[in-house]
Amino acid sequence: MEWAGLIEAALPVMLKGALYTLLFAVVAMVLGLLLGFVVALLRVGKVPVLSQLVAFYVSAMRGTPLLVQIFVIYYGLPGIGIELEPVPAGVLALTLNVAAYLSESLRGGIAGVERGQWDAGLSLGLSWWQTMRYIVAPQALRLSVPSLSNSLISLIKDTSLVSVITVTELMLATKEVIAQTFQPLPLYLGAAALYWMMSASFERLQKRVERKLELAHQR
Amino acid sequence: MSAMISINNVSKWYGDFQVLTDCTTGVKKGEVVVVCGPSGSGKSTLIKCVNALEPFQKGEIIVDGIAVGDPKTDLPKLRSRVGMVFQHFELFPHLSITENLAIAQVKVLGRSQDEAREKGLKLLDRVGLKAHAHKFPGQLSGGQQQRVAIARALAMDPIAMLFDEPTSALDPEMINEVLDVMTELAQEGMTMMCVTHEMGFARRVAHRVIFMDKGAIVEDCDKDAFFGDINARSERARQFLSKILQH
Repeated sequence: MEWAGLIEAALPVMLKGALYTLLFAVVAMVLGLLLGFVVALLRVGKVPVLSQLVAFYVSAMRGTPLLVQIFVIYYGLPGIGIELEPVPAGVLALTLNVAAYLSESLRGGIAGVERGQWDAGLSLGLSWWQTMRYIVAPQALRLSVPSLSNSLISLIKDTSLVSVITVTELMLATKEVIAQTFQPLPLYLGAAALYWMMSASFERLQKRVERKLELAHQR
Repeated sequence: MSAMISINNVSKWYGDFQVLTDCTTGVKKGEVVVVCGPSGSGKSTLIKCVNALEPFQKGEIIVDGIAVGDPKTDLPKLRSRVGMVFQHFELFPHLSITENLAIAQVKVLGRSQDEAREKGLKLLDRVGLKAHAHKFPGQLSGGQQQRVAIARALAMDPIAMLFDEPTSALDPEMINEVLDVMTELAQEGMTMMCVTHEMGFARRVAHRVIFMDKGAIVEDCDKDAFFGDINARSERARQFLSKILQH
């Protein structure tokens, strides 16, 4: 097949797949950060029962393969009457997985803020929650950015695993084109390039966020 | 003069280790009390018990009629009325000086941003730092940061101020600018409890001096008595004073 013909056949399908990949990554990222924050707060605040429960959740998510988690949610849950479409099942699995890692990064960031900052906030009459929100969390976020970014870049690549539950993201889209064109090498390399581009633009975003946080935190 | 802070038989343990033993003392309204003693003697721990940054297991502390150890006490409200200045300043590094001064006024006292800013600027002016209002803490020297920290505490209109070794982390040439602000405060009648090794400050400004050793209050007497007849002091206090006053 001609190069031009190959690109013409592959590009629209693969770009559409890449769009799904991006969608999965961004949605799981936003939901994962929210959930990760809640989990980190429950653990740092040592909320009885709940903090043990979420510690168990974090351990389970970090201790089992994402692929198994996806299978449990998509093929396993229907056994107890919970049937999810492939897209929500994929988003759910990715969110639960990434939130566990993000919560650990955030917890590390919160622990990295010195006790004196807590004392100062509390001594002014701020409540525990106000001190967390206005004093500790902004500094913790800054400390966590490099480690958060690691998890989020992994997330972009991990989205390829949801191809196993028939979601036509970049990986499955590529496979489909290969099934028609029998050109695995250039097409898989093309898919790799697209993943790389997405990760690289995310890295640039990370650098900008870091610089911005740095400006507002001159020591 | 009535007791603004009264500390009665306070004991505290970290696990099996006792850090405070039956501490009893008080600070009257308008009084300046200096707490000194060797490191590890429990003086910082005691002062942090006063605004409940450190819990204690036995005894009671009453601040302006409110029991600090009572679980029903509204601690944020109590703390908002007692200013505290720390050894390492503890300004909020992600907030500008103006925001450092305003945040608790707005979030705790419910003042408007404008009101809080104006009050903050007035206090910054008072500690001689009005020109630095827009900067971040990291752009100031240690002495300047500590003066901002004092202004931040004063912005809450406290009924008393606690100082926890406010000059220990400062370069020698910056100590006086902080002590000057504290001296001025004392002369205006602020009730102050100061953990410090600055015996010159104690001599000039304090009404009373407390000497602590191994978690207990060993001496608690008028400044004149403390610095007067050294032979009337306890063995431990004599040793401490002879070391610290030689210089």
